[in-house]
Amino acid sequence: MKNTKEKRLLTGNEAIARGAYEAGVKVATAYPGTPSTEILENVAKYPEIYSQWSVNEKVALEVASGASIAGVRTLVAMKHVGLNVAADPFMTMSYTGVTGGLVLIVADDPQLHSSQNEQDTRFYARFARVPMMEPSDSQEAKDYIGQALDISEEYDTPVIVRSTTRISHSRSLVAIGHRKEIPIKEYQKNCQKYVMIPAFGRIRHKVVLERWENLKKLSSDSSLNSVYNGNGSNKNTGIITSGVLFQYTMEVFPDIDILKLGMTSPIPEDIIREFARGKDIIIVIEELEPYLEEKLLSMDLGSRIMGKSLFPPYGELSPGFLRKVSPQINGKKEDTPDGPGQNVSRISQAQEGLPMRPPVLCAGCPHRPAFHVIKKLRLKVMGDIGCYTLSVLPPLNSLDSCLCMGAGVGQALGMEKADPALKGKVVSVIGDSTFFHSGMTPLVDNLYNKGTGVIIILDNRITAMTGHQVHPGVGMTLMGEETVTVNPEDIARGAGVENVEVVDPYDMKAFEDVLRKHLKIESLSVIVARQRCVLLDRRKPSANEVYIDQDKCEKCGLCIKFGCPAIELKDDTYSISSLQCSGCGVCAGICRKDAIICKSSS
Amino acid sequence: MKNDNINNKKLKKKDSTAYLQRNRKKVEEGGTISVMFSGVGGQGIILASTVLARAATVQGYDIKVSEVHGMAQRGGSVVGSVRFGRKVYSPIIDKADVIMALEKLESIRYLDLLKPDGFLFINDYELVPVSVYIGDKEYPAGIIEKIAGVTSGFALIKATEAAVELGEIRASNMVLMGSLSKFLPIKLKSWKKALDDLIPKRVLELNKNAFEKGREIIK
Repeated sequence: MKNTKEKRLLTGNEAIARGAYEAGVKVATAYPGTPSTEILENVAKYPEIYSQWSVNEKVALEVASGASIAGVRTLVAMKHVGLNVAADPFMTMSYTGVTGGLVLIVADDPQLHSSQNEQDTRFYARFARVPMMEPSDSQEAKDYIGQALDISEEYDTPVIVRSTTRISHSRSLVAIGHRKEIPIKEYQKNCQKYVMIPAFGRIRHKVVLERWENLKKLSSDSSLNSVYNGNGSNKNTGIITSGVLFQYTMEVFPDIDILKLGMTSPIPEDIIREFARGKDIIIVIEELEPYLEEKLLSMDLGSRIMGKSLFPPYGELSPGFLRKVSPQINGKKEDTPDGPGQNVSRISQAQEGLPMRPPVLCAGCPHRPAFHVIKKLRLKVMGDIGCYTLSVLPPLNSLDSCLCMGAGVGQALGMEKADPALKGKVVSVIGDSTFFHSGMTPLVDNLYNKGTGVIIILDNRITAMTGHQVHPGVGMTLMGEETVTVNPEDIARGAGVENVEVVDPYDMKAFEDVLRKHLKIESLSVIVARQRCVLLDRRKPSANEVYIDQDKCEKCGLCIKFGCPAIELKDDTYSISSLQCSGCGVCAGICRKDAIICKSSS
Repeated sequence: MKNDNINNKKLKKKDSTAYLQRNRKKVEEGGTISVMFSGVGGQGIILASTVLARAATVQGYDIKVSEVHGMAQRGGSVVGSVRFGRKVYSPIIDKADVIMALEKLESIRYLDLLKPDGFLFINDYELVPVSVYIGDKEYPAGIIEKIAGVTSGFALIKATEAAVELGEIRASNMVLMGSLSKFLPIKLKSWKKALDDLIPKRVLELNKNAFEKGREIIK
């Protein structure tokens, strides 16, 4: 499919969305997760594609699977740990295959810019024996979608397109094309293909293995994998790389022959063997795990393979990192772009002890008063992923665990069962979006297994941390349609929890009273702390004017320790920045001298 | 008051011309100009990098932009970069030819990423991190002196002051962009097209004035 002359500067995520549009995708599903979130946000802009947020990645993949079985092209997007949630349908989908093509976009996060681990998705492709492609810029991110869907349909397999933060969130120029409309393949029952009882599963597994052999041939012949001849004279060294690392390699080692892999599952052995012929050293430039390197080592190439001996299995790489190890690759002295005379020691001295500026809860965030109360009661807090995870940092210091989505609710039950002395001392916290994602199941587990704890659902009416996406508790779909509002307290009551209460965390006194009451009750309690994320209303003028009465202020510093970024200390004067203050008025309850005044603006 | 010389330093025309010539030569020879933006979430760093990216694209360069998403709303450090030239490979910067820092602490924080012959624009504005209020660290003193001890390639620009004079503190980023534009091989008409394309009509005039003010600061 030819591209037009029009070029746009797109992020990898925007380009993937455009690719879905151009390749005739009809259904797209996802759950928000950095760095993949913007994919569905952008796909949703095309009215030709039905797009939805699912409650979690497992359901997202299952919905997409249904759409594929019904005969249309589908796209599912998630972050790396999201694939863990979707792994159950994913692994068996390799056996069932597809009807309409299905492309699974997984965005990894080397360096953990915003994740709880930096696992390497590439192994999932090998694990399930499905093909995988890795774009190296936004143009490829777009083009690979159509190619992935073609392969998906031709070889009857889901296909992974693997991105990383630096592809998803970087912009580069993309040539735009037109949409291809693909006719629906009419549904036909095929239980040997889609019903994975053992008898059929055994047959399909053999299909998977035969398909793998065909995919190996595809990979070896594919133009997605190509050699870039270096402009230097050293032909004894070769570099094998993929993804954004190809760009860093072109920048730092233009003199060395490079084998760029666009298709990294199956790993194309024939191309690699031919590339390695006559080369003494092959450098594998890859982030995280030695996925490519281990394959090369097993191939008995005759060349010396260097990979993890140069590049660590953690964190992301960069052109600077490649430059640092260049003496070991092309024998040249470290080729810095700075030249001599960089005052390295003077710079480190100048930069010593700079205060950090980590992300903090916003001014007016309802989590702040909630955790302030939780901290006051000296509770142990099993939590999970969301803005409220920031409560682990000073000054709140109020989180004991964050493992994965929904984990805290089950963990608190485990702690109580292990050590009854912990009853009444442990709570679990979970956000509203996270509750729908993976909180409902452990809530029922707590109820069914006679847990006595308190589950606090921090309901700020939006999926906040990933940039304000709607979810079942908001009453609006991704495509902007009104729908049912699902309330967490109704789920709890419907399941049979007797002690359910909804309270506004801005009212710290009320929240504390409710929490104390439920901690004493010897059966399961669910408290819904409901208050809108302060950023949802940031364009509206504040209802309150909040300021510090300097005559009453005794400069005790208690308000500063509350940690709200709107409370400032300059030249020994405590004040509230009107630019940052949201007018929530919570801090007025902190001051022991009533020096913080909260006045209604009207 | 001490440090008057540094605080009121205005670049002589020959200084900016030298940098501009060096940068122009670099792209003509097939090299890449790397511009880095730093500041605090909410200061309009992404918009600034988008305007530069558009101006460079209009001028006909290849371009790659890197952004860090998510820290803006939560008061964290924000860093972005734009790289342009005939052909650009890496989207992320190794070392920068130009750094535009919208806040003082965020200027020295990335000093090690400036090339020895690079130039650093610093907005004369301090935003105290919450970590200072709740901990025992202090907002560092003598930031400009420390930078001066490492390089002479910097200018302290009163961009926020100029923006406030124009009636909108959030236009500080455009003032700095104006100053920065004097150092880059991008025609003024490409900048103007970028502003026309990207800035909402109701604030276009304001942002154009801010940009112009920034250009005037660099003689």
